[in-house]
Amino acid sequence: MLHQKVHGKPLVYFDNAATTQKPQSVLDALTGYYNNDNSNIHRGAHALADRATRYFEETRDTIKEFINAREAAEIIFTKGTTESINLVAATFGRKFIGKGDEIIISTMEHHANIVPWQMLCEEVGALLKIIPISESGEILYEEFENLLSPKTKLVSIVHASNTLGTINPVKRIIHAAHSLGAKVLLDGAQSTSHLEVDVQALDCDFLAFSAHKLYGPTGLGVLYGKREILEIMPPFLGGGEMIKEVTFEKSTYNEIPFKFEAGTPNIADVIAFKSSLDFINGLGKKVIKAHEDDLLAYANEKMSEIKGFIPVGTAAEKVSVLSFNINGMHPYDVGMMLDANGIAVRTGHHCTQPLMKRLGLEGTVRASFAVYNSKSEIDSMAESVAKIARIKNK
Amino acid sequence: MNSILEIQDEIVSEFEILGDDKESTIYFIMELGSGLESLPEVARIEDNIIKGCQSKVWLIAEEQDGKVHYMADSNTDITKGLISLLLRVLNNRVPEEILNAKLDFVERIGMGSIIGSQRSNGFASMIKQIKLFAIAIQSNQTV
Repeated sequence: MLHQKVHGKPLVYFDNAATTQKPQSVLDALTGYYNNDNSNIHRGAHALADRATRYFEETRDTIKEFINAREAAEIIFTKGTTESINLVAATFGRKFIGKGDEIIISTMEHHANIVPWQMLCEEVGALLKIIPISESGEILYEEFENLLSPKTKLVSIVHASNTLGTINPVKRIIHAAHSLGAKVLLDGAQSTSHLEVDVQALDCDFLAFSAHKLYGPTGLGVLYGKREILEIMPPFLGGGEMIKEVTFEKSTYNEIPFKFEAGTPNIADVIAFKSSLDFINGLGKKVIKAHEDDLLAYANEKMSEIKGFIPVGTAAEKVSVLSFNINGMHPYDVGMMLDANGIAVRTGHHCTQPLMKRLGLEGTVRASFAVYNSKSEIDSMAESVAKIARIKNK
Repeated sequence: MNSILEIQDEIVSEFEILGDDKESTIYFIMELGSGLESLPEVARIEDNIIKGCQSKVWLIAEEQDGKVHYMADSNTDITKGLISLLLRVLNNRVPEEILNAKLDFVERIGMGSIIGSQRSNGFASMIKQIKLFAIAIQSNQTV
């Protein structure tokens, strides 16, 4: 996959914040499942069903270890981060957030962590409060404390920004929110592949993330929630698997996590996701983070030498995301010219339009690095960007 | 003025020289955009933005001696180049000619693979808006 030519040039894949490429072991697990184990899970009275069920639940156990949840029942499979957040909004939100209550998010949220709360606020009459950010792309913590009040029922915040790379001080945020009785949801879409995320140490109430950003399959996400909260939340979707007993008069619901997993789940991708986590665990988060930090520092150094280079998001603590613009050029044009050189980056607003508005930008070019990227690839990008920048920055 | 067919042939032969070199092709398209007649600042308003384009494209048209005179601009250089190609073929012609034009150069130069699917949709929106202006001017002429 990564050893291919694009427009006659060697592919440099720097769009990892959008999705990561998949290790061979993940692909093998996917085909292995369909070749050998394909069966519906949990209720089958035969060997295949038993095997598929066992593999499926092994992934849940591996995720539990990966984020250090107390128990596997706190791990719910969803379609992705977006669905995980929507699940919380539709169940926890509708039950526990009412008229006049407040939800706090930040300026740097992805649309997936804005729109579900806007929809909820509209429905129940709650208010959405926004934590402002600095020019460097860091939340203004004191402003957050000023927004917090007994009316705050939920703080839903991105752990690491997909657009800027900023790592937010979530432990401090969670502690402050809890002191006033508010729950905290972490959008971990961009943090779980780069950072050690320990839900017990952080004490977050919910964590949402997607498998495909963790070297895993697309269409699969995770919602972690504390047992005591998940248990008092109403179900999300109704159907098979999520029930205890159904009569035409009334249905009773299954235990967690199954209460939130109506219908046949994404069995193959769940099973293959274990191989992604094994891949990450095999390398170790510390090694991954050190390599990515090294790449980011090197990219900053090389790109800063380019006349017309404007970095966007210069927080002290960042994951391996380098957002930038070139003076006098539209990010689309820069992205397209990089593509012509075989370099895959993302351009535009990155699903963070309010953040772009705050920064007064139409968009950025975003290069995001993963464990398989190298300094020589960054050299290729810097060389191409330098050539592009010269058009308008002689 | 050369016919629509002749101008399209010219464009195709210019792109043929570039071959499969994507980088040079994009530079060439950007270069074309720099030759676009500048649009008055007052025309760069929301009402004149073409719907369906990812980047901003402003397009206006007026009748001059029975022909349609277009002026356009964009906030991206590549899009400016794309619209300049269209105007090179279609500008300053009678509405009927614009409406009957078969823009086969788009396929002949492999525009889809040069600009990708998202920009191709925007490109189609530009063509549509150009033709809509021609219809509007034509209907004024027949009143």
